[in-house]
Amino acid sequence: MAVIPRARGDQAALARAALRSQPVVLAREHLLPVDPPFEPLMPEGGLRRGTVTQVQGAGATSLALALLAGCSAAGSWLAVVGVPGLGLDAVGELGVALERLLLVDVATGPGSTDWPTVVAALLDGVDAVLVEVPRHTRVAEARRLQARLRERGATLVVVGAAGAFEPDLVMVGGTPVWHGLGTGWGHLRSRCLPVEVTGRRAASRRRSALLWLPDEEGKVRLERSALATGPLALDAVEAAS
Amino acid sequence: MSAPHPPRLVVVWCPDWPVAAAHAAPTLAADVGADAPVAVLEANRVVAASLAARHEGVLPGLRRRAAQAACPGLTLVPRDPAHEARAFEGVLRAVERITPLLEVTEPGTITFRARGPARYHGGEEALTGLVAERVTAALGEQVRATGPPGVGLADGRFAATLAARRAARSGSSTQVVPAGASAAFLAPLPVSNLADPALVDLLRRLGLRTLGQFAELPSTAVVGRLGPTGLVAHQAARGADDRPPGVRACPPELSVHEAFEPPVPQSGPVVFAAKHLADGLQAELGRQGLVITSCLVRVETEHGERHERVWRHGPGLTAPALAERVRWQLEGWAGSPGGPTGGITALRLVPLEVMADEGRQLGFWGGDRQQAERVARTVARLSGLLGPEAVTVPEWRGGRGPAEGVVAVPAAAVDLLGQERRVGPPPGAGPWPGRLPLPSPARVTAQLVPAEVVDEDGRLVSVSGRGAVSAPPAALALRSTPPLRIQAWAGPWPIDERWWDPVGHRRRARFQAVTEDGRAHVLVLAQGRWWSAATYD
Repeated sequence: MAVIPRARGDQAALARAALRSQPVVLAREHLLPVDPPFEPLMPEGGLRRGTVTQVQGAGATSLALALLAGCSAAGSWLAVVGVPGLGLDAVGELGVALERLLLVDVATGPGSTDWPTVVAALLDGVDAVLVEVPRHTRVAEARRLQARLRERGATLVVVGAAGAFEPDLVMVGGTPVWHGLGTGWGHLRSRCLPVEVTGRRAASRRRSALLWLPDEEGKVRLERSALATGPLALDAVEAAS
Repeated sequence: MSAPHPPRLVVVWCPDWPVAAAHAAPTLAADVGADAPVAVLEANRVVAASLAARHEGVLPGLRRRAAQAACPGLTLVPRDPAHEARAFEGVLRAVERITPLLEVTEPGTITFRARGPARYHGGEEALTGLVAERVTAALGEQVRATGPPGVGLADGRFAATLAARRAARSGSSTQVVPAGASAAFLAPLPVSNLADPALVDLLRRLGLRTLGQFAELPSTAVVGRLGPTGLVAHQAARGADDRPPGVRACPPELSVHEAFEPPVPQSGPVVFAAKHLADGLQAELGRQGLVITSCLVRVETEHGERHERVWRHGPGLTAPALAERVRWQLEGWAGSPGGPTGGITALRLVPLEVMADEGRQLGFWGGDRQQAERVARTVARLSGLLGPEAVTVPEWRGGRGPAEGVVAVPAAAVDLLGQERRVGPPPGAGPWPGRLPLPSPARVTAQLVPAEVVDEDGRLVSVSGRGAVSAPPAALALRSTPPLRIQAWAGPWPIDERWWDPVGHRRRARFQAVTEDGRAHVLVLAQGRWWSAATYD
């Protein structure tokens, strides 16, 4: 029980008491960590549990995996549902812990009802789920899954079209610039990808940046000079390339 | 020690059951006759071999290559325990006409109590003769592949099992060891009959060659030197009760059941219900520090048919293991001639014997363990829903191709709770010369996508035998999309793999190319045709 101070004007004591008696829910318990390059891009500095993040555009697969690498490395399990042809070597190189990766192959034809069941089961079992939404997913199914997501505190990342889901955060990859490859010589070494993040509520302010995915050393790096709030200036892309 | 007299038990043993089961399966080609040499492999070692293969020197325990060297015409079959259990149902039904309540110790071995059936059928000799006759008839052609079955009757499980094996191998098909004579029967047999290879090795080094010599040792000395496992083996060798210490009958009120309304025609929902029941049972027994070693599974249909089996597993049946046995039982029943004619209405699990749970050590970081257990449960659930092949985890293999370094393996076959599980090149793993340089492509097509790569004049680009490109590639068309200009490219990087292998031989030239939309591809030229193998998405 907080002691209520009697003296009028002892505002500081009252504030302290209020602080002490309020239920403690640490913000970081609601957030799954992301790697440092992504922190400035995320409105809360991490992936909020119970939300849907959509990643689309060029390099969406790498971008989504790099986004989830932080929580995977921190000890969370990651499940991937129905992302055909995922290059597992690349998954490991982007920083995802392969020891805690589960791959589920599910039929997504128009008559199949497995997909929502599988995703729902995984939301119970793991912290992060990466999916490609099948074209025939119904709005009611998506709503049910989103409700379950909030209840279970997992996070869902959608690669490509979100379909019936309502993403809380949308991350779009622009046209990338590849380095290292010439005309007949060299090999692909690094990629500079413009990324734009928008979303609902707190995330409605547009953020954009240039990400090295990966840079010359194979790491994901943020080109800080280009971090901006608002549409990405094209000259920044050119300057960085 | 005045141990209670062990019960008289009948053991029916079908030699090399995995081979007999393979003969009953469609996996074995029809032209492989019963006289052909066949061996069943598990983890690259022979676990069972047909008579013809044994004649050629193929024995259990041999590696695949050694077995093939001994017998070049050998047909090798991978082991499938679920199929073995299903195929065993025919034999079980034949014995079931003689006596109900059979215990399937493992597919290929049946155990039941002798007392009642022996009286009914006119004595122990008559009973074993009748059982041998019925089982031989049920096996049919398979007898020629693996030899006749053996039926043994003795005090206690160990003696009865050895009697059955001797009967099968000697060709007499039955052997009855008189009551109280188990010790004398066992005494001249070699210690290698004990199940524990490490113990057998130790006893041999101690100069104990026969079970009789081992049995003469005082129990206290055996416990002092060999511990509880040694004591169990010692009791078995003495012809005494060979159940592990601590095993006791389970109170009947612990049985659980589930009624199905409306009746369910498939086994899937019943297995899930069994898993649920088994979980409850395991939790209930777990509170008392017990684990099930033997459990009766009874299934009833809407037409009043009833099917029951006793399943036993020495180290304790966990809930998934019990559910798996229910699945085997249901599949076996449904596939046999006298199978169920209606939907299943009831399932009952009756634990018969329990023993003290020896427990397991939890990891210090309990949180990780808890999460891994949750994941393992999810894996079990999804594997049941989609089939075990659909749920996979990565495993490091190494290779040159874009999808060969790390491959996906069924999660059900991997111990996710293992503390030491690590995915990555093992220490000291060599490099893969000719591998594509990092970064690796994020999307690798399972099947190559047809592509067209043309030069400035629109002619298909080709690579000469010496690895020279006919003209710089200028445009790329994937499938039937309009062509995109190639901004940058490199190659060809020739690769000539498995040249010694007529089937697996691959000779191809690889390219990297970035098109005007900023996408990068791995292109492959093989036998004059272009393909896209992967995309750096």
